[in-house]
Parts: sequence; structure tokens; C-alpha cells
Amino acid sequence: MKPLSYVQVRTAREAIEAFVAAGESARYIAGGTNLYDLMKLGIEKPAHLIDIADLDGANRIDTDGDRLFFGGAALMADVAEHPVVRDDYPVLAESLSKAASQQLRNMATVGGNLLQRTRCPYFRNGANGAYPCNKREPGSGCAAIGGMDRSQAVLGASAACNAVSPGDWPVALMAMDAAIELQGLDGPRVIPIAELYRPPSRTPHLEFTIGREEIVTGISVPKTAAGRTSTYLKVRDRESYAFALVSAAVALEMDGDRVRQAHVALGGVATVPWRARPAEALLRGETLDRERALEAARAAFAEARAGRHNAFKIELGARTLADAIINAGSKSR
Amino acid sequence: MPDPQDRQPFDLTRRQVLEAGTIVSLTGTMLPAAALAQPAGPRPSPENGMTVPLSFHLSFRVNGRPTALDVDARTSLLDLLRERLGLVGAKKGCDHGQCGACTVHLDGRRVASCLTMAAKANGRDVTTIEGIAGANGLHPMQQAFIDHDALQCGYCTPGQIMAAIACVKEGHASTPEQIKEYMSGNICRCGAYVGIVAAIEQAAPRIERS
Repeated sequence: MKPLSYVQVRTAREAIEAFVAAGESARYIAGGTNLYDLMKLGIEKPAHLIDIADLDGANRIDTDGDRLFFGGAALMADVAEHPVVRDDYPVLAESLSKAASQQLRNMATVGGNLLQRTRCPYFRNGANGAYPCNKREPGSGCAAIGGMDRSQAVLGASAACNAVSPGDWPVALMAMDAAIELQGLDGPRVIPIAELYRPPSRTPHLEFTIGREEIVTGISVPKTAAGRTSTYLKVRDRESYAFALVSAAVALEMDGDRVRQAHVALGGVATVPWRARPAEALLRGETLDRERALEAARAAFAEARAGRHNAFKIELGARTLADAIINAGSKSR
Repeated sequence: MPDPQDRQPFDLTRRQVLEAGTIVSLTGTMLPAAALAQPAGPRPSPENGMTVPLSFHLSFRVNGRPTALDVDARTSLLDLLRERLGLVGAKKGCDHGQCGACTVHLDGRRVASCLTMAAKANGRDVTTIEGIAGANGLHPMQQAFIDHDALQCGYCTPGQIMAAIACVKEGHASTPEQIKEYMSGNICRCGAYVGIVAAIEQAAPRIERS
């Protein structure tokens, strides 16, 4: 790890000024569970760290208005256990409580989690020339495509990269149509979460659409009755404390026993948090049974392409999503 | 907190050996790193001429004792505790937040000290396994681990115990299933999990929820 400077700041303006003054090799750090880890692996090499974990008010959680609001520096553990989130938006609470361990959830922030980098083994373990990686070293190639690709994406991959977007929380937020509040050089702005992530295409090193100096100051989620009829189902190699092989976030707006509108997103299988519109379309107006749920779930994977060792994710993904749809629907009774 | 040096003779001898080893390694093979870790004055940044500190003045409390020192900004809380403060209870297992052996409490909440930059402890309270025994003896969780043989080699045990105390205080120890879920961040390679769950069930009623 290179020598580095470290400052703690109290306001977003101070943070942005410090960032701009420090130049190209600056990075913001919040919980540090991802950035500091990648620094140890020689993948992230900042010379200047600006700590934004203690910005004034940035850990605020507010459920009073017509939207849920989570400050960018609110801790994953605190959002997961907030009574309103836990009782009325299980998809959000479960996506957080099934992520990482309690130690890490006590450190990691809900803003930083949106920007978590991939767990692709070639990305993480290949620094210093061991493996090429277009994310680490643009243009160097991809060792995962045609390699040991069991963990890799079946949706959204390009010829340059098939690394999975690792988060759970962003998948749940995608299903709930969250908005991301940002603060940058030109002041604040708000974008839908779907606009935060770039597909890998030819430039997999460009993962996010926001400016390097922009700070995630908050996340807001529209309040909806579909929150209660929601679930986050995560399938892993072990029962707890592992990244998803497949995960499904489902929230259903119900009209009696019919689905008025379904909100469906997938994790563990795609290069970005994946909104499954084809599944949503097939569920609209339907009464739920196992067969319809599985049909909709298969539609979500119609475009899936397997590599050498990850074809199982397509069938596992469809069945996981079908289970999640049934689970969510059962909460409306 | 009693000074680690004031404990039983057996403990003292072991710690002296460990600390002597640290000094040898610092003055021997580790000299360049040790030189970097010394309090560094402001240095000019090559990029823009701005003066930036490469070390961080850290002031915090460790097991209730006020502590202040300059740390290389890269230092993890785990390395600070072990290498600078001689508190070697927290263990370095994976150094990547995956095993839980380094678990300590930061302002009363459990964290992975290997992924916590030391500078983040500024102004805060750190509690390690060395700081949990009371005047009357072991913490109830320590005693429960002994009662249930909740360890074999013991390397993960300080992290397990710190995580277990927090697990109870958080209110996540009401059933064996919940204990397993909320202790999943602590890996035991010897497989003492059955004893660990039993120990937490025993100690839970004796520990106040926060």
C-alpha cells in the first residue's frame, strides 16, 4: 500500500474541496469495508483519502414523509433494523441483513454499498500481472470469460467483462424505484438508481455514471403498499455470510388476489443490479400460482447466456425468482 | 483496566516474549516499514505542491484508557492494537474482514478491526478482549466459553467472544438459529460451533441488552 494522506471532514462542501485540491489520486472513504480491502489487494491505490463517514447529518434515517430517506453514511445495520424498514419494507431490510456480517454492517454505509466493486476472482486476486482484467487494467483482457466462471454473470455480460455486480441492497433499491441524491461541484442532483450503473460494454472499468468527486448524500424510496408485500430471497453457497449465487427482490402491488403491478430485480447473476421487466409484464393482472410465477421467472432469464461453469445460475435463478414471487404474494393474505 | 504487565506471571512471560519479538522484527527486517510508521511531518504532495500529512494524530480510548499517538495513515486498527499497543488478543486471521478473528468493539459496536482504518477510531472508544474482564474475574461470556469447551485451538476465540457479547447486547441471541445467523461473521476452523452456540445461550441472560 502506498503512503497516503487522510483527512476527516464534516460537510460535503469541505469534502468536495479537499477532493478537487488533492487531484486524480484522491478517493472518498466511508465505512472502508470495500475500498480499504481493495487497497490491501493492490487494486485501489489512492494517495489521498477524504473520510466522509462523519459528515454532519449524513447518517440520518427519516421515514416520516412520503418517501423513506437514508443518509449516505447511515450504517447498513441501522437501516436493516429500523422498525419501519423492517416491518413495512422487508425487501429492503432483508437485502441488508443478508449481506455481509454484523461486524461489516456496523461499518459499511448504505451510500458506499451502492458503489461496491465486483467480487470477480480474477479482478480481486489478479493484481500485479497475475491475470488480465479489463476493470483493473483497461484493455488488458478478461481472464474470467472462458475461465473459471462459476461465479460470473449470465445477464448483461459483454465481450470485455462478465463480472457480477455484487450488492444486495442495490438490487432491492432497484425493485423499489429508489432515487439517489448526489452532491457535486455543481451542487445537488437526484438520479433514479437505474441510471447509476453502467453496463460493461467495451469499458468495464467505468462502472458508475456519477462524477468522481460526487458524493452519495442520500437514498430515497417512495412509500408504497407494495413494501409490505415484498421479499428478498438470496441463495448462496452457504446459508449465511456469502455473496449471492442468485438473489431476487420482489415487491407486489396487489388488487385482491391479482397482481396490479410487480417490481422485480435480480442479483448475483448480472453485471449490474438487474431490473426484470419481462417478468413484471407477465405477472401484471395475474393471480399467483406456482406455474405462473415460474413462467414469469423464466422470462426474466430468456436473454441469459451461460459460460463454461455457470449455466446452473439460469435454472437456479428462475426457481429462486419464482419462490420469491410466491413468498411476496403470500404476504398479501 | 489493569495493565497487561500486571497480570499473572505466566501471562507476563508470554507477553514479554511476544513484545520482545516485535521489537526485534521492527529493528531488523522491518526497518523500512518501521521508519515509515514513525510520526511523519507534513510532506509536499508531488501532484500539486499541497502540504499533506502522511501520519494522523490519533486520540482515543482503549479499554477505558486515554491513548494518543501518531499513526501512519494506512494503519489498520488491528495492527495498531497488536503492533503498537501490545494488545495481541485480537487476532489477524484473513486481514480482509472475512473471518472475524479481529473483532473488537468501537463505541460499543462490533467491527472488524482489520478493515477499520486506525484513524477512524479518533475520539472514540475501543474495547478489546483484554478489556472485558471485571474486578471480580472473567466476563460471563468468557466463563461460558470455558464451561462449554467452546474452542479448540483458541485462535478465533477472542473474536468469537467479542462478537458474542455484541450479539447478545444487540438482542440477536434469542434462539439458536438467530445466534448462528448473527455469529456467521466469525469462522472457527476447528469447528467448535456447537459449544459456541451453547456458551452464548448460557451467558445471554447474564448480559444486559444495550
